[in-house]
Amino acid sequence: MGRRLILTGNDAAAEAMRQIDPDVVAAFPITPQTELMHKFAEHVADGDVKAEFVLVESEHSAMSATVGAAAAGARAMTATSANGLALMWEIVYIAASYRLPIVMPVVNRALSGPINIHCDHSDTMGCRDTGWIQLYSENAQEVYDNVIQAVRIAETPDVLLPVMVTFDGFILSHTAEVLDGLEDNVVKKWVGEYKPKYSLLDTDQPMTFGPLDLQDYYFEHKRQQVEAMRNARAAVKEVGKLFDELSGRSYDMLEAYRLDDAELVIMALGSTAGTTKVVIDELRAEGTAAGLLKIRCFRPFPELEIAESLKNAKAVAVLDRSVSFGAPGGPVHKEIRAALFGSSGVGLVNYIYGLGGRDVSMDHIRSVFKDLETIAVKGTPTDNIRFLGLRE
Amino acid sequence: MREKAWTEIPIGGAIEEAGNAETYETGSWRTYRPIWNEETCIHCLRCWVACPDSSILVAEAKMTGIDYEHCKGCGICAFECPVDPKSIEMKLETDVDKS
Amino acid sequence: MPGVKQLAGRKELMAGGHRACAGCLPMTAMRQTLLTAGKDTVCGCATGCVEVVTTIYPYTAWRTPFIHSAFENSAATISGAEAAYRSLRRQGKIDKKINFIAFAGDGGTYDIGLQALSGAMERGHNMLYICYDNEAYMNTGIQRSGGTPKGTATSTTPVGKVVPGKKEFPKPLTEIMIAHRIPYVAQATPGFPKDLSDKVEKALAIDGPAFMNILTPCTRGWRYPMEESMEVARLAVETCFWPLFEVEHGKFKVTRKPKEKIPVAKWMEGQGRFRHLFKEQNKHIIDEIQEEVDRNWAWLLKREELTQS
Repeated sequence: MGRRLILTGNDAAAEAMRQIDPDVVAAFPITPQTELMHKFAEHVADGDVKAEFVLVESEHSAMSATVGAAAAGARAMTATSANGLALMWEIVYIAASYRLPIVMPVVNRALSGPINIHCDHSDTMGCRDTGWIQLYSENAQEVYDNVIQAVRIAETPDVLLPVMVTFDGFILSHTAEVLDGLEDNVVKKWVGEYKPKYSLLDTDQPMTFGPLDLQDYYFEHKRQQVEAMRNARAAVKEVGKLFDELSGRSYDMLEAYRLDDAELVIMALGSTAGTTKVVIDELRAEGTAAGLLKIRCFRPFPELEIAESLKNAKAVAVLDRSVSFGAPGGPVHKEIRAALFGSSGVGLVNYIYGLGGRDVSMDHIRSVFKDLETIAVKGTPTDNIRFLGLRE
Repeated sequence: MREKAWTEIPIGGAIEEAGNAETYETGSWRTYRPIWNEETCIHCLRCWVACPDSSILVAEAKMTGIDYEHCKGCGICAFECPVDPKSIEMKLETDVDKS
Repeated sequence: MPGVKQLAGRKELMAGGHRACAGCLPMTAMRQTLLTAGKDTVCGCATGCVEVVTTIYPYTAWRTPFIHSAFENSAATISGAEAAYRSLRRQGKIDKKINFIAFAGDGGTYDIGLQALSGAMERGHNMLYICYDNEAYMNTGIQRSGGTPKGTATSTTPVGKVVPGKKEFPKPLTEIMIAHRIPYVAQATPGFPKDLSDKVEKALAIDGPAFMNILTPCTRGWRYPMEESMEVARLAVETCFWPLFEVEHGKFKVTRKPKEKIPVAKWMEGQGRFRHLFKEQNKHIIDEIQEEVDRNWAWLLKREELTQS
């Protein structure tokens, strides 16, 4: 029943969107997301999809229109990158606060300035506290699978939160890969019909959305969001299992690669996880007990699972493709460190890497494992926040 | 209205009861109270169409009274009244209370 | 077209108990608009006075569906709701006719929301955008906006020893919207309720985007006695400061021509925000405003003449 496809990451996201066939899609061009919407526009032009395609004048309006559409009971999507995500920031928060299950592919790109169109994670890491669920993708297959799963995760009744499906700009968005696609009717049936909790279009039950929420109730609404994000843990896992039954491809919040007996562990998100897997295979052949713990779901953050997964590790390197200025390490490293707080014996080091699309090579990953050999013996180094691939 | 816990309210800040502001009293804001003289009223509804607080009560296109729960006493109704002498007069609340 | 008596027979869609100031004419504009539009109307409003006073949680004054998202995106938000409606209607999931109205104040329209408004109008959504223009950022404390008249004293253009209020003429927003060549553009004010109601009805009946700029005097910001709100609105029209007109598919129609054109100073003298302009050294500013009003009025009449037949 599968279909063998050769698609770029952008095409894979567009293919998933075609099959999900949302009611409304808002779009504004930004590199490297552009080709995703080009592809979807072709589907609109050919009448392959039922979506109302709203070609807005900015990302701010893209997210605003998506919020309006979702509040009107539509399954609504948009997609963006970097500065586009930054421009819609205000409404990104609002989408989550209004509990609208929007799905948005974000093609990771460095934030200006100076302007740079290449991959890093500063865009989506910057909005890790907006209340959106975040799924990071390692390859085009995962882009496709994550976009489809995101719909069901977002629309889970005790979740109702928007989901960002992120993938690395150019590295994934513009690279063609072979992947397995599902049949149209299979996807359609699996994502099912969207039944909104409320709709602006229900004029017989008129609702007010977005009131002025002051000292007496704002806090209670935020507490509800906290609960929804807690519920999202189970939803991400459950939807991953169901997707496995459908496709034979299993998904969880984390993915372990040759981790069971690994002493030296790299933690990474996105396409770098793939590069790391290749290096691990080489190191294993050379007799080094190397492993990977990949974070697929960064929000909600699987801290207990991470602590459990790393309990046999002797040294761990966290690769951060963004920088948190003035903070003790990159954003992923800070959260791993918090997850490991109190657990003894694991040497932990942080590498900020790949900013603005700086290439990360297999040699870089090897050098990290080399460092870990020392850290495994000596413990967390004093210079525990390092830069990989930077000209010092 | 009793303040509710986070488990008791709709999610997302949605308000399910349309127009429930009518259960909120704003009449106490008034300094002056509009007093309507039904005898002289010509039911032109100029007061009704101008009232910012939906506080001129009408039935079958005729004025029937004033909603003192919500009327803030701005006096637009009395100002707009075209009848001479006016069918709506503004009186100090404290004077009305005395009488 | 409904008269006031017909409107009075309809369901009141804006509940009392909202927290607007006493004498707030924007709220009168809301009432008149909703009475005309009817209950099958999805409303949105930008951050601002109307949004704040009508939806203080857990209360809402709206008896229609309502959404507020942010300051600059009322047009974009409602355009999304309208797109959802079109999509669901095409799929046969919804049948009834629904109106879409995006409201915003002058700050949310002339300034921060202009881009979203322009985009939504250009995209051709079947929606009405209403600017309730009270000529300054009233909700945040009477700061000048791009719609504030020249010479106005506001919190950010206070009258000082050397500066006599706002230096610039307002942005000609209605003209900017006419230049978008959308099917319907109009100016109105709740001071003339039937005119406003007729225009709302027409704007909603027309297929495609419509824009209305509604002058709504603000007793606090303009500093006149609150009971005079309707009179101040009418005087703005009778002085031709705020002409009532519409542009339907490019055709101009002036919907009220004052029998006697009153000097604009008559409208200004009743408002504290212009008080300083009546000092000898500032009177030239009133003259400049009068000249601008005369020029605009003449050009409006000319265009009405040019677009007849």
